[in-house]
Amino acid sequence: MSILLNSESRVLVQGMTGSEGTFHTQQMIEFGTNVVAGVSPGKGGSQHLGRPVYDSVAEAVIATGATVSGVFVPPAFAADAIMEAAAAGLQLVVCITELIPVNDMVRARAYLSSRGARLVGPNCPGLMSPGERSKVGIIPNQNGRPGPVGVVSRSGTLTYEIMQSLGAAGYGQTTAVGIGGDPVLGLSFSDVLELFATDPETELVVMAGEIGGSDEERAAELIGRGYPKPVVGFISGRTAPPGKRMGHAGAIISGNTGSAASKVAALERARVEVADTIEQIVERVTARLR
Amino acid sequence: MKLLEHQAKAQFRSEGIECPMGRVARTPGEAESAARELGEVVVKAQVPIGGRGKAGGVKVARTPEEARAAASQILQMEIRGYRVPAVLLEELLDIGQELYLGVTLDRDRRRLAVLLSFAGGMEIEDVAERTPEKIAKLWPDPFSGPLPFEIRQLTLNALASAQGEQILDRSRLLNLMVPLVQRLYQLCQRLDATLCEINPLVITRSGQLIAGDGKVEVDQNAEYRHHDLVRELGGDAEAASSGDDQLEVEARRRGLTYVHLGGDIGVIGNGAGLVMNTLDLVKQQGGSPANFLDIGGGAKAEVVRQALEMVLLDPEVKGIFVNIFGGITRGDEVAKGLIQARDELQIKLPLVVRMTGTREEEGRRLLEEGGIIPAVSASEAARRVVEMVAGAGR
Repeated sequence: MSILLNSESRVLVQGMTGSEGTFHTQQMIEFGTNVVAGVSPGKGGSQHLGRPVYDSVAEAVIATGATVSGVFVPPAFAADAIMEAAAAGLQLVVCITELIPVNDMVRARAYLSSRGARLVGPNCPGLMSPGERSKVGIIPNQNGRPGPVGVVSRSGTLTYEIMQSLGAAGYGQTTAVGIGGDPVLGLSFSDVLELFATDPETELVVMAGEIGGSDEERAAELIGRGYPKPVVGFISGRTAPPGKRMGHAGAIISGNTGSAASKVAALERARVEVADTIEQIVERVTARLR
Repeated sequence: MKLLEHQAKAQFRSEGIECPMGRVARTPGEAESAARELGEVVVKAQVPIGGRGKAGGVKVARTPEEARAAASQILQMEIRGYRVPAVLLEELLDIGQELYLGVTLDRDRRRLAVLLSFAGGMEIEDVAERTPEKIAKLWPDPFSGPLPFEIRQLTLNALASAQGEQILDRSRLLNLMVPLVQRLYQLCQRLDATLCEINPLVITRSGQLIAGDGKVEVDQNAEYRHHDLVRELGGDAEAASSGDDQLEVEARRRGLTYVHLGGDIGVIGNGAGLVMNTLDLVKQQGGSPANFLDIGGGAKAEVVRQALEMVLLDPEVKGIFVNIFGGITRGDEVAKGLIQARDELQIKLPLVVRMTGTREEEGRRLLEEGGIIPAVSASEAARRVVEMVAGAGR
């Protein structure tokens, strides 16, 4: 089992014919993802990577029964692509693109909510369900390994590191979700935690947050109200100074919100064990699952 | 991009938001002739940061001669490190009451929020911390914008926590607030701004609503749609970044994601979360990171080289820690790239590298032979670089 994505998921890729789209779609296919179509306005009717390409998401959905979209289009067109996917009835949209204007995302996010579609990202590595041989996004294939751990994180490379370290210790993942480094995101930590809570195969969740915003605090409140599974927390950016954007557009301490100390404290209040290093994450997971 | 006050007010006016009569002056002479036109004025330093009043960057001038003297003084100032490229001279307002009105991004709600408070003139962050009940909030639908009845309710909510006598009667206030809030929200959308703020929003004794000050921050990701604003900033752009950290200014010029932190261990890594974690590891080992530098998802040799070059511009750096998650990148290639960069840049400082990837063991062997210290884990690498820098300092 897994959350959000499984072997039944029929995936289309918006922007598949671009260079990033091509490379990562290839990787997705190699991993086992059921990629059914590409969408590139103006290139409909052609084939790419052995898949049919359509001019619009609506056409691709009618022809292929796609259920999930991966968005690899450039930032200026990404919010529109996300809304197009939701309008065509897709349940899950995964947007990898970074540098999307924030107000574009505010509109796209509201549009999706009104249509009941879920968004992962943007500015994220996507998600992977190793036991289902399915991934949408850019998580390196060799980091996925089936197992009982749910992983949710705001960062890309840090997610890969956590997956790899857990894997080396013998612990694979049900699903790993990178929710993204932007200030305006689709799924929050809380949303993903709620999904893991009801997934029978997820025995434990690793949640890796970072400075900026208060999604981690909201998640801590959710856990504090009673969460059915152990959660191991991790917060990066403990030494980050206020007012400085640390790489991710969303990783900034502004005024009194977003500090690592506040997030660690909130998680500890909810009795979440917070690890200081990736090695410690593995130790805590081992202690809980052994 | 932060607009200077006079630029923000030009945008306000174009949207129909009333501002005081004003003129921009770049010399004391210009200030004098502006004051001749305007009468009694306030002379304000045009800098992209707050706190200019306390720093002496705002002065009242009763005569053109006083305006000249004030401008001459202010134009030579440096306010918290920022040069003053221009002053704004504005007519004095007959202030009856000061409000706060802002449109800003609310990350939790994933929407723009409209904030209104009768505790105007103060830093809104302070009000938010001490008396959050004095700020009324509205989260409009991003497609419709704030609707008139929502704005009236927002105003009523703010009024409920207001103290003392109100200058305007309630019906006039409600009528004036509706178009004002709609215009400010509209401006925020049009400029792709993450902040449009009027603080103070002045109610004059004659009952008009006028923008006393203006702050606009345009989303960096949307600057490509606003070349006109970038051009307008033009000559002021250099002064507007004069108070920024000069290493960070140079990094921006080179297109690198760099934050100067002031310690002595240079840090390079790929991925924002990974680099933040690397800084934390250095600190845990008792070291002090000099910078944050994220080279992005990949591990291309040329980018690593540019990053090393940037880190070395900081004279405080006594050692360098490179933390690369290679993924499918080949470790031996990353190692060769690093050795070459080290030789070309003639780096003599301790250089500790922790990397993963395919063929990572071969990569580590190559590094060791090349005189670079390889590490298996990031914690170990952090410990080693901190030890070496401490040892070199003895």
